[in-house]
Formats: sequence, structure tokens, C-alpha cells
Amino acid sequence: MAGLALAPLLPGLINRVKALAAGRRGPPTTQLYRDLWKLLRKGVVYSATTTWVFRAGPRLGLAATLTALTLMPWGPLPALLTFPGDMVVLVYLLGLGRFFTVLAALDTGSSFEGMGASREACLAALAEVPLFLALAALARGADAMALSPIYAGLAHLPAGTTAGLFLAGAALLVVYLTENARIPIDDPNTHLELTMIHEVMILDHSGPELVLLEYGGALKLWLLGGLVAGLLPLPASAAWATALGFLAAQAAVALLAGLIESTLARIRLVRLPQLPLAAAAFALLAFVLFLT
Amino acid sequence: MFHLVVFRLGMFGFMTLFLTGLGLIVAGGLAALLLEQWPERAGTVAAILMVTGAAVAAVPALLVLPGLSAPVSCHWNWAFPGAGLDQPGLRLDPLSAIFLLPVLTLTGLGAVYGRTYWRPWHHRHEALGLAWLSYGLLGVAMALVATASHGVVFLVVWELMTLTSWFLVTFENEKPAVRSAGWLYLVASHIGNACLLALFCLLARNTGSWDFSAYPWLRTHTVPAAAFFLLALAGFGVKAGLAPLHVWLPEAHPAAPSHVSAVMSGAMIAMGIYGLLRILSFLDHPAPWWGWLMIGLGLGSALFGALLSLAQSDLKRLLAYSSVENMGLVATGIGFGLLGQATHQPALLFLGYAGALLHVLNHALFKGLLFFAAGAAVHAVGSRSLEAMGGLLRRMPETGALFILGAAAAAGLPPLNGFTSEFFLYLAGFRGLTTAQTGIQAPALIALAGLALTGVLAGAAMAKAAGVGFLGEPRSEAAANAHEPGLGLFLPMLVLALGCLAVPVLATFWPWLLAPATAEITGMPVDAFTDIINHLQPPLAGLTTAGVLLLLVAGWITLRMRYLLKPRPVRRAATWTCGYLQPTPRMQYTAGSFAQPMITLFRGLLRPRYQITRPAGLFPAPAAFACATPDVVREHYLRPLFHALRERLAVLRAFQEGHVQVYILYITLTLLILLLWKL
Repeated sequence: MAGLALAPLLPGLINRVKALAAGRRGPPTTQLYRDLWKLLRKGVVYSATTTWVFRAGPRLGLAATLTALTLMPWGPLPALLTFPGDMVVLVYLLGLGRFFTVLAALDTGSSFEGMGASREACLAALAEVPLFLALAALARGADAMALSPIYAGLAHLPAGTTAGLFLAGAALLVVYLTENARIPIDDPNTHLELTMIHEVMILDHSGPELVLLEYGGALKLWLLGGLVAGLLPLPASAAWATALGFLAAQAAVALLAGLIESTLARIRLVRLPQLPLAAAAFALLAFVLFLT
Repeated sequence: MFHLVVFRLGMFGFMTLFLTGLGLIVAGGLAALLLEQWPERAGTVAAILMVTGAAVAAVPALLVLPGLSAPVSCHWNWAFPGAGLDQPGLRLDPLSAIFLLPVLTLTGLGAVYGRTYWRPWHHRHEALGLAWLSYGLLGVAMALVATASHGVVFLVVWELMTLTSWFLVTFENEKPAVRSAGWLYLVASHIGNACLLALFCLLARNTGSWDFSAYPWLRTHTVPAAAFFLLALAGFGVKAGLAPLHVWLPEAHPAAPSHVSAVMSGAMIAMGIYGLLRILSFLDHPAPWWGWLMIGLGLGSALFGALLSLAQSDLKRLLAYSSVENMGLVATGIGFGLLGQATHQPALLFLGYAGALLHVLNHALFKGLLFFAAGAAVHAVGSRSLEAMGGLLRRMPETGALFILGAAAAAGLPPLNGFTSEFFLYLAGFRGLTTAQTGIQAPALIALAGLALTGVLAGAAMAKAAGVGFLGEPRSEAAANAHEPGLGLFLPMLVLALGCLAVPVLATFWPWLLAPATAEITGMPVDAFTDIINHLQPPLAGLTTAGVLLLLVAGWITLRMRYLLKPRPVRRAATWTCGYLQPTPRMQYTAGSFAQPMITLFRGLLRPRYQITRPAGLFPAPAAFACATPDVVREHYLRPLFHALRERLAVLRAFQEGHVQVYILYITLTLLILLLWKL
């Protein structure tokens, strides 16, 4: 539940790190809260071309991410809802959100948004394989079929498999950057429609509609960040200590993303596939390490 | 009490009920032929008889499926000359029942749809009687394929199914493209049928019987089981459209009338899966490589189908390739089942087979829906090309909404039915991953990655079909003037859409419903699965919970937003185009450009063709760009192969004389030689 309130902090953290690394003061960490609040009080402009699908996109996208959040464990602390195979449901819920956001983009009839939709679908195709491979490697490592037991089991891994955890974490980090449209995959701050991927897809959403999308984006950052953060060693003395550790780990992942964004340039669009492929290779290696 | 009623009914004979239903379907076809002069009335009578027939015949299937009634069978007091003493017969067991459901549902609904769909032909005064008769016979032939319990009967009704569907594929035979599609279908089917003929002869030779009830004998004796399996895979694989045997499918489906496409795609190609499972039910102790072969073939088909489906701009061809993809997923499930059987892991076995069977059902529901809706769109626009559609959701709100629902189901998204069966396959993959046997873990991982990639690509293909075809601005004059097709086309779609929603609601019941059929395939008792099914309840209940939660949250957000926006200014304006004020529909992203990044990514496999006329000079002449992705298997492997064959076999042309008398002489000579040889 805390995730719902804290998630909009993450983009703020990332931007803060980027600003500091660039020698600027940067916007306050709470900027997204202010943006959301401002947008929430505005009216809406719909394109005359659009239908109910345009409005269904943000609603279903947010609903899918919220539902997926109930499946995300806080490191070794179990999720609200856990059952064998829940990782598949989590990934497919994100897929549902993406499907309808893509449809909403195509509903505007704009070539910009069509372009964004097409690129988003392509990136998703690239990110899905390393994501599943990494989750499968972790499932193998912890010998469990649900996210909560997997993340709980990682604490008791035999010595010498830390490398596997590290590799799986690296793969998940790439997925985190890809799915959330961050540098080096996509630049959330780019100013030219032609070079955008995610941002261009939501050009026509305004006011509270945009709030749903932006908030959903922050939650997705929280969700995939949580999958990475859960891999870090967290204090296990008490539940509250673990929870606090998890929050710190989430912040650490955001800081790492900020550092990556500050130090790396965006990859050219045609060479994008190489990164998720490398991530898939990492995940495969992790699997091999867990196999023995 | 209920069992008592079932028992009473059983006394009257479920088989009689089943045959009565099939008789009504044929009667519908015959009535349409007789009433050909009054096409409107003929269509109505045919539709009514066929729907009634399908409903009647479905009663025994629905009771046998969960084991409420024992399997029923019947025999004729007669034997095929030269085929031993076995009496030909039919048997309806749980495995038959699960395949009868899509056959009967789609045949019935397709008849209702066809009544309206074929109306434009009335105005052109074209005779429909034979088409209706072929349609009825196709439905009956499929039902008989699923129940035949005698090798010769099976081969005969299998051929009947092929021929009647061929007549329907070539319905619009005045078009050259349709004729060539029909020819390809006929040739491909008969190559498959040749394998089946060999298979059933081998089976009869090994067991000394044509009757299926004698075949469990094969389980306990040393037989060339691998040969049976491979022949069945080749013969039935053609019908199921498994790559690389799929080449006929993307040609035949678009050529056929839309309700026939729905029946062929949802039910007929599933008969290939049925045949394969039936043969597997005769065999025991499969080798692990059978499972790996099936998983490899299945994932290959699934990925290939999904990619090519994404590359198409012909809506019906896109859906046809999606069928290749889905049959690939079914084959993957069968592969997991075989693997579980080979390595004695009942949980893996059950998840694999049950997932495959459920996916057959789900595919029939959403693909039937998609073909029905696509037919309505094609009818309204007058073209199958996505580039001529666009904006149809505004003009055909009901059809469009159902198409989007079907597309989401076909993309395997929760909470719809496609995901329910894919979830079984994923569980099988993860189960394989967490077993102690190292030989299974690594390949299970590859299978999981393949399933994941197929899932996203299928999602992209479906987003393209729905997004480019039904959303945005109309891309042609005809699309701008499109309108709803009326109740006759809408009702069948609605029924299938409700089915897509009902399957996931029943998620926790499906293992129980599918257990008898799985038992039939593996020869295990149904009780052997009780523990596994109990262990399956938490994941399936979790799936349902997540689905319900999703709908609740989405509903809550929608209500909140409505409340929030009520007092706010809500304006309508043109789409943002960087300040440009006169966007035209031609400026939209096209179907081709939507798929381009992913096609480029896989260009080594797909080999797309580009024709580019670049603008040159200071005052360039008009430039042009065209991109097509022809079927790589057909273009680069089969076409050269068949060309080479034709060159080599040209010698045999000498025998092709052209006089019927000479051909009769050939037949007589052959018979004579055979007689002498046997003497």
C-alpha cells in the first residue's frame, strides 16, 4: 500500500540524481506529486477521432498495474496475493495495460502516436524474453513457482550463487529500464516527437487522463524496481526492518537508474535490440549457475 | 437425481440423439438445395435445421465430456469388403466430446451467420444450394471424424471433410486467386491424407484389426511406435497447419466465405490435433524425443505464425497466420504432455494435455469471433486489406467492440479465455523448470522464453489488426460509409464473445472437466489426476481472483473519472499533429509501418521484400515504396522443391494420354498385376 503513495517519488529521485550529476539544482523530488495534482484539477481535451478505446487505455493500464502490484513481494515479505505461476499473471497484466495503451494511441489516427505505439510494441517484444528468462532463473534458484516464495527463498541460496543473483539482477535492471522507457533505451525528456518512444504515444492525453498514465508509469517503475530491489540483501530481523530495507533498496535502484541515465547516451534506435539480447544472455548465464 | 435422468436418457440412446442431430444438419443442407429457387427461405430453413441439429448433437457430447455419462458407441451390422470382419462404428468418448464442442458450436453459429452473409449472392441470382449442402456436410464430416472408431470410416469421413471444405474454399471460384488457393489446399491436404492412409494400413497390419477398440493392444506389445507417431504427425500436421506444413492455411482461410473461415479455423484444423491425440491414445511409453519434437515444432509454428501474422496487411490472412500460431501453442502443450508421460511426471503430463485441449476450445471461441467480425468488416468495406479500413469502430460500434474483445483474447491477455489456457502451458513450463531432472530444466527454459516471445508478438499482431482496422480515421471511402451489418451477423459473434468471457470464470473447474479426456489420451485412470487437480486449484483460483480484482479496479477508476470529469470542461479537438491543421487519413501510421520495426528485427528469418523508388534530383519524380512479406517456407523451400520434382517427373508425362479408355486400361492392368502377385 505504501507503494501507492511513494511510487511518484521514484521519477523525482531519478531526475534529482541526473540534475546533481549534471551540476544543476534540478526540480524538487516531489515534482511528480505537484504535476499530478495540477493535472488532476484540469479539464480534458479529446481528439475528435477517438472512441471509447482512447479512454479505456489509461483506465485499463492503471488498473492492470494496480492489480499486478498486489502480486509483487517486498523482498522476502510475501505479496498480498500469491499463487504458483503468479509471475506469469504479473507479466501478462503489464501486457494488458500495454495492449490498450497501444490501441489508445492508434485510436487518435496520428502518425506520431502510431509510431510510438509501434516502437513500444517492439520494445515490449524485446524486453519480454529477458524478463521471463530472469524470472525462470530465479524460480530455478529458489526452487519455487510463485514470486513470494521465490524472493523469500533467495535468502537461503547456497554460497557461491551470488554471481547468479547478480546476473539475474542485471537482466531485470535492463528490463526495468526498457519497460519504463528510460535512457539508454528511450529518453523521457526528449523534445522531438520523432525521437520519442513512450512519450509520443501519449501526446493526446490531457488532464486527469494524463494523470492516470503518469501515475501508472510511476507505479510500473515501482513494480519492476521492486523485482530488482528484492534481490538485494535485506535485513531479516523483523518485518518492519525488512520493509524499511526494501524501501531503501527501491530508492537505491532509482539512484542507480539516475546514475545510468547521467553517464550513458541513448542507444540508436536500430541498435536497440542488442541491449535486451545481452540481458537475455545474462539471465541464461544466471540460470546455468543456478542449475548446478 | 441428475444421474438418474442421465441414465434414463441413456436408455433411449445418446448415440441415436447424436445421429439425429447430425441428420438434421444434413437435412438443412438438403433443404437449402431443394428450396434453391427461394434463396431467402432456403437460408432460413437451413439455419434453423442446422442450429437445432447442432444443439441436439451437443447434448450427448456435453454429458460425456465431464464423465456424467459413460462413452457411447454404435456399430453397423456389416463389414467393409476386404477390411476384415470388423464392423464399422462410432464411439463418443470424452476426447471426442471436447472436439465436438467447437465443431457443433461453430457449425450452428456459422449457419446463422451464413444466412445473412450470403444474402448479397441472392441479389446476383447465384445458386447457393450446393454451398449450403457442402457446409452441412462439412459440419457432419467433422463430427464423424471426431467419433469414428474404425480406420476405414475415419479415412472416408476425413476425405469427406477435406472435399466439402474444398468446395467451400473455392466458393468464389470466378476469382483466379481463389482457384489457386483451392488448388494448393487440395494438393496439400492429399499429401497429408496419403500419410494417413499409410498410417491406418500399418495400424491394421500390426493389430490385424481396423477397429479402434483393438488398438490398446499396441500399448503392451513391441511395435514401431515411433513410425506411427511420425506418420501421424506428418498427416495430421498438414491439417493442423503446423509449420512448415502450414502453407495451404494462409491461402485457403482468406479465400473462403467468412463463416467457413471461422469453421475451418476454429474447428477443422483442430481435427488435425484430434487425430494426433487419438493416435497417441493408442500408444504408450513415448520416448522423450517425441515430446521435444512436438515442443520444438509447436514453438516454431507459434513464433513463425505470430511473426507472419504481424507482417500481413490482409485482415483474414493475418487471422489465418494467427491460427498457425495457436495450433503451435496446442502442439507445445501436447509436447509437454508427451514429455511428462515419457519421464513419469503426471503433473507435467496433465498440465500439458489439459492446456492443449483447453486451448483448442479457446481458439475456436476467439478465432470464430474474430473471423465473424472480420467478415462483417470486409463485407462493409469491400476489401480485406487493413489499409482500406480504419475508423470502423465509430461506424460499426458493436462489431468493432467484439473484434477488440476477440483480439485481446487472441493476444492471450487476462482476464480473457486465451490466457487461461496459456497459463496452463506456462505452469507446465515452470513445473518442468523446477523438477529434479536436469535433462528437462534447460529445454523447459527455452520453451518458456519461446512462449513469452510468442505472447508479445501475437499481442502486437492483434493490436495491429484492431488498431489499424477499427480505430483512427477511415482509410478509404468505403470505410467512411461502413455501417453495422445487422442482427444476423451480430448474434453469432455475441454468443462466441460470451464464451470468451465464460471460460475464465470457470477456470477452477476446467481441470475436472478435462481430466476424463486426458485419461483417455494417456490410458491412465481419471482418479490418478485427483491430487494434481487439487494442487492446481490455488493457481487457478488466484488467476480468477486477479481477474476479478482487475475488473473491480478498472470499474472503480472509470466511475471515479466520470465523477471527476462531470463538472470539468471537456472539449473535442483535432488530433495533435505538431500544429499542422489539416491532417488527412493518409497521414496515419499504416499497417505496414506499424509492423516494420519488428519485421526488420527478424528480417533474416522472414526475408521481407522491398520495392523502393527513391526521390532523386532537385525536382524529384514521384517516389514509391512497397513492402511485402511472402511466406518464407513456401517461397524459399517448397516452391523450389516442387519445381525440381516437376522437372524430374516430366518423364511420366508420356503416360498422361488424355483418353479415358487408356486410363481404364491402366486401372485394369494394375488390378491384374496385383491379382497375379497375390496369387
